[in-house]
Amino acid sequence: MTTILLIEQVLNGLQFGVMLFLMAAGLTLIFGVMGLINLAHGSLYMIGAFAAAAVAGATGSFVLALIASLVAAAAAGAIVELVVIRRLYDRDHLDQVLATFALILIFSEGTRWLFGSFPLFLDIPPALSGPVTLPGGIEYPLYRLVIIGVGLLIALGLFQLIARTRIGIRIRAGESDREMIAALGVDISKLYTLVFALGAGLAGLAGALVGAIQSVQVGMGEPVLILAFVVIVIGGIGSIRGALVGALLVGLTDTLGGVLLPGVFATFMEPAAATAVGSSLASMSIYILMAAVLLFKPTGLYGSA
Amino acid sequence: MTRGFLINLVLFAMLPVTALVALMLDEPFIITLTTKVAILALAGVGLNIALGLGGLVSLGHAAFFGIGGYAMGILAHHAQTFTPILESPLLIEGSKSMPVIWLVAVLTGALAALAIGALSLRTSGVYFIMITLAFGQMLYYFAISWPAYGGEDGLSIYVRNGFPGLNTLDPIQFFAITFVVLALVLWGAGRFAASPFGLALSAARQNPERVETVGLSPYRLRLLAFVISGAVTALAGALFADLNRFVSPTMLSWHMSGEIMIFVILGGVGRLFGPVAGAALFILLEHILGGLSDFWHVYLGLLLLLVVLFARGGMIGALAGRQVAHD
Repeated sequence: MTTILLIEQVLNGLQFGVMLFLMAAGLTLIFGVMGLINLAHGSLYMIGAFAAAAVAGATGSFVLALIASLVAAAAAGAIVELVVIRRLYDRDHLDQVLATFALILIFSEGTRWLFGSFPLFLDIPPALSGPVTLPGGIEYPLYRLVIIGVGLLIALGLFQLIARTRIGIRIRAGESDREMIAALGVDISKLYTLVFALGAGLAGLAGALVGAIQSVQVGMGEPVLILAFVVIVIGGIGSIRGALVGALLVGLTDTLGGVLLPGVFATFMEPAAATAVGSSLASMSIYILMAAVLLFKPTGLYGSA
Repeated sequence: MTRGFLINLVLFAMLPVTALVALMLDEPFIITLTTKVAILALAGVGLNIALGLGGLVSLGHAAFFGIGGYAMGILAHHAQTFTPILESPLLIEGSKSMPVIWLVAVLTGALAALAIGALSLRTSGVYFIMITLAFGQMLYYFAISWPAYGGEDGLSIYVRNGFPGLNTLDPIQFFAITFVVLALVLWGAGRFAASPFGLALSAARQNPERVETVGLSPYRLRLLAFVISGAVTALAGALFADLNRFVSPTMLSWHMSGEIMIFVILGGVGRLFGPVAGAALFILLEHILGGLSDFWHVYLGLLLLLVVLFARGGMIGALAGRQVAHD
């Protein structure tokens, strides 16, 4: 295992973690403010990716594609909130799970209906494609570096939004006492729609950014959704800082586990068996991490009891 | 109670009547479909013990369903290739006998539920949902990446496993087996709900503080319910794999968890016969809507959404009216 390969994998893990953060931040905000578990968050990720692929195919502009992903996912989120989600806030979690599961079925099959079963491809713009040489002579794809940067910038912006702006104050107030801020004259249902659309937009943007590395296809959001749940469980529900720490932990564990574990087992097993055991365990590593966190802190690293 | 009881009776009798009519009309496919309904209903009955009685919203029951399936797949795979599962320290052979497979499925399902439940039940509410989902997904990825038993391709079994004294390859005889298993489990689940343990479990769902005050531990009640629930679902998984003579990671995927939950909800949560109604409705929809459009999941999603938003008692709730609701 060379150092260069290791650094590359750390960067890959960071990139994955940052994208997970964009998903997890929306989920944890929606849960923190509205108390809603949203399984359909992965569908919004998919909608973002499809909107980006469609716009990029029509106009050839990557920037327009990104804007389209943000707008389409946020609009879809706002519509879903107004039509369905709004009725679920005072229901129990079981109803929320079922209704949002139903939304997944509708969105997934609806997208398959519109776009067909074949994956679409979103090209990385020429200005961002190709490798870049990092200090130490490491070649790394420029686009992935840009994703890490964009993701961290968004994280920073989100922290500022929550901590410093009037909307952020209202969101935090909504988390702690919804009756009180309604009594103070804040239109709570508008605030909820806004938070939901914000979370949806972040998910859609993540979908478009990742869609350029992988393919854009139906069902692409679900593995990410479940990983985002793991992130939230590790970080603690409702905590954006927890989502960031959890996302980076999960991203790094998943990527490094896949690379390192087979090598670790190869030191005392036959190569073939070591690959099998190593890769199987690597696929389980983040869940083992989650179980370990649960054993010591059932409410997550930054969760309040 | 009477109207609900009648509906249950009619629902339950519908399965063997359908199978027998199909037998007379010489329609083996319909018999197989009815068998599928019985097996999926069994999985739903398993989930309903945790969900309806215990109030535990588990989105990871596909784990137990799949474990049951793989118990059947692995035992039968070793039996048909004449290789032992384990040679040292003790010799374990494969098996093509259903009772043996069921026993193994139930035991492994219960063990897995014990491990997953012990961890997940430390939390509650929305954490519990996400954690059960994550553990289910963990097993799914494990099954995909573990090459010994087919990995992503799954395992095929050439001949359906045997049951002493019956020819399981005959659709109606296999249906009879699954129906009797379903009937026994339904009877057991009914007794369970009315037993002191079942009542305590129900109480722990409605008011955990009071249960704790009278000296019972909600955690242990829930854990035991989760284990029983996992074991029943694993039994259904073993039967499902036998029906298809095939097991693959799909049985472990979280869509399966969602579908098992749909059976329970379409029928009516916490009702003993709810999963039977739900599974029957699901299979019926799959075949009617699936014949009309390749995209029938859109309609299924819309229907589910309407049931959740406007008809909370499910199918039995709508038929029986509110006065007979479970609690």
